[in-house]
Amino acid sequence: MSWSPRQKRFGLIAGGILVLSAAAAFVLNAFQSNLVFFFTPTQILNGEAPIDKTFRIGGMVKAESLKRDGTEVSFVVTDTAKDITVRYTGLLPDLFKEGKGVVAQGKLNGQGEMMAAEVLAKHDENYMPPEAQHALDKAAQARAAQSVKP
Amino acid sequence: MIPELGQFSLVLAAVLSLVLGVFPLWGTFNHNTSWQALARPTALLQFVLVALSFACLAYAFLTNDFSVKYVAEHSNTMLPKAYQFSAVWGGHEGSLLLWMLMLTGWTAAVALFSQSLPLAMVARVLGVLGLVGIGFMLFILLTSNPFDRLFPIPPDGRDLNPLLQDPGLVIHPPMLYMGYVGMSVAFAFAIAALLSGRLDAAWARWSRPWTVIAWAFLTFGIGLGSWWAYYELGWGGWWFWDPVENASLMPWLVSTALIHSLMVTEKRGSFKAWTVLLAIAAFSLSLLGTFLVRSGVLTSVHAFATDPTRGVFILIFLAIVIGVSLALFAWRAPEVTLGGSMGVVSRESFMLLNSVLLVVATGAVLLGTLYPLIIDALNMGKLSVGPPYFNLVFAPLMVPLLFILVPGTVAHWREAKLADMWMQLRWVALASLVLAIGLPFVWGSWSAGTALGIFLGMWVALGSLNNAIERLRKPGRIGGSFWGQHLAHFGLAVVVLGITGVKSFEVERDVRMGLGDTVTIAPYTFRLVDMVDVNGPNYKAMQAHVEVAKNDQVFDVLYPEKRRYFSSAMPMTEAAIRSGFWGDLYVSLGDPLPGDKPSWSMRVYHKPFVPWLWTGVLLMVLGGMVAAMDRRYRKRNVAAQLKTAGESLSSAA
Repeated sequence: MSWSPRQKRFGLIAGGILVLSAAAAFVLNAFQSNLVFFFTPTQILNGEAPIDKTFRIGGMVKAESLKRDGTEVSFVVTDTAKDITVRYTGLLPDLFKEGKGVVAQGKLNGQGEMMAAEVLAKHDENYMPPEAQHALDKAAQARAAQSVKP
Repeated sequence: MIPELGQFSLVLAAVLSLVLGVFPLWGTFNHNTSWQALARPTALLQFVLVALSFACLAYAFLTNDFSVKYVAEHSNTMLPKAYQFSAVWGGHEGSLLLWMLMLTGWTAAVALFSQSLPLAMVARVLGVLGLVGIGFMLFILLTSNPFDRLFPIPPDGRDLNPLLQDPGLVIHPPMLYMGYVGMSVAFAFAIAALLSGRLDAAWARWSRPWTVIAWAFLTFGIGLGSWWAYYELGWGGWWFWDPVENASLMPWLVSTALIHSLMVTEKRGSFKAWTVLLAIAAFSLSLLGTFLVRSGVLTSVHAFATDPTRGVFILIFLAIVIGVSLALFAWRAPEVTLGGSMGVVSRESFMLLNSVLLVVATGAVLLGTLYPLIIDALNMGKLSVGPPYFNLVFAPLMVPLLFILVPGTVAHWREAKLADMWMQLRWVALASLVLAIGLPFVWGSWSAGTALGIFLGMWVALGSLNNAIERLRKPGRIGGSFWGQHLAHFGLAVVVLGITGVKSFEVERDVRMGLGDTVTIAPYTFRLVDMVDVNGPNYKAMQAHVEVAKNDQVFDVLYPEKRRYFSSAMPMTEAAIRSGFWGDLYVSLGDPLPGDKPSWSMRVYHKPFVPWLWTGVLLMVLGGMVAAMDRRYRKRNVAAQLKTAGESLSSAA
């Protein structure tokens, strides 16, 4: 089989475009199915969080809510308006503390608790995860809006 | 007084950047050779001044001069001397000064080692580097001056972030910056070629060694960062697809494509426009990485103070760099001639596929890294793109890349015959296949993914060895670039085997351990024998003594620690690792647990093949260095050599 230079060039370009669009379709598909959305405790209790899909929760670890049973831990995440219990198995990150911000990733179980696969570690003691701060701000805004109403 | 001297020399250096960015370039337009000749001495003097400024800041750190705000915020009298020095780049301002030191260093190196280049070319390259320098100088002086004073003077400094008090972190930033900033040299060569209107083999040859050295540093920097995360963050991961890591991976992927594409441009005169675009992209992505890491849009150990003006500054700088270089490209590209013809199966076509795969991979990483930031900036909600996406996308792109690597190294230029390639590679293919099917059984359990990983690793490793043996049989001197190429490919294979091994066979146990308790990860048994308090120079720690036994024979004791630094309330986990050829045993200490008898949570891991990752990275770095040292790049009489090369090329075509 002998190709003229023109055919060769056409073949190369066509092949290139084919490979590229297949790759792009594949990448976008993977992207779409792996986005992890973030919800505040209030949103979760309002039923906005997905069932059977991984998502993130952010807020503060409620004071004196941390319970340990061996390496199984549970704690309550609050945005000061609503609370959600989070269960996790494993070692908590160094910066995990009651009264401090936290972000956890996982799924809801049947009891409305979050089964976390990951509790996120950040690197600075004064640092508040932006998602956690966002949850507190939203709850504060909601309260402010309510107090204006009556 | 010393800090003022530092500030003064920094301002002087900024003025010199301006001189370097304007006069030599101007000189190339009006053919004024004396203006062009300004480039070399200006570049050298600029480096000396920045180095002096850097030394002044280091002096302020080593003498605990807390009247300098930056020193007070990042050092402490109790901090060990070595870390007082490395604290110079422990924060935002100082790391930018380090960046500038690297940039002027590269510029000075180009000035020194460019004797074989025409003067006009030197003037253009150094001029472009000067322009880049102006941008960063203004950034430092306007938004991030490390010499700002503090009043009243605090009695002691705040201390360096304990995570950064570590030997790995002492050298990680300088190496990574050498890589990032090195891309500016490749960029400067590309822009200089566009300005001159002569995109030819000569340009590619000049630019190659610089690009390869920058690539090697970038590889080393990324490897060091990964190594540090592995042992310092205390949970045994070595790559997290964290945006900060992605920021360094993107320029790496593109520069890998660039060093391959440059080869095609040098040898065959093709891919010229593409090569230039890759050089522009590699540098732009380095700047984007800086923006992501320095602007505070990302929160991590790297994002120090969050100051929006800094982010805006870098973003504008980035827009100018990309805009101007693409405009220049659009203006000059029509004049670029096409190179020699290429066959459907040829080394060129393999190189093209290499470029496409690497660029698509970069695009995928870019999408996953930037999308959450853009959505957040537009106030359209908060979301994240996690490791599953990156793993899902990255693996299918790397599999064909690794596969074509081997035929790409044996294919002839212009036109290759599949039958010939098969004859050369059949034993390699067979051996890799046998090993891929057999080795998983030997190492643990068989799975398709493990077998595929081993096949690709062995394919590349044996393919490189095969090429080397074939070449040794033939007469003639073998150049550094041949050895460098195969060493780097072999290193990549070792990394692939390491990743496959650790992903397939790692065992992680999070356990509760009291004194005397054991945990077994066959064939190893770990026993907690003691828990003691130890005092460090600026911290107190709780230290566990964990005996490791194999077949009831104790062969090592590991000492993981939980440290509490005086200067900060946050505890730090120091993992204890025993490394061997086949893998690591990894123990890190968690929190004390409530209960009748004292006990602690612990991570006990068996991480097979992890040392292969670091070994592979080192081989790649070494390969890059060896390739860049190839003698033919250092020939004085490059012009004459190129002329003959060009003649043989045209007679061949």
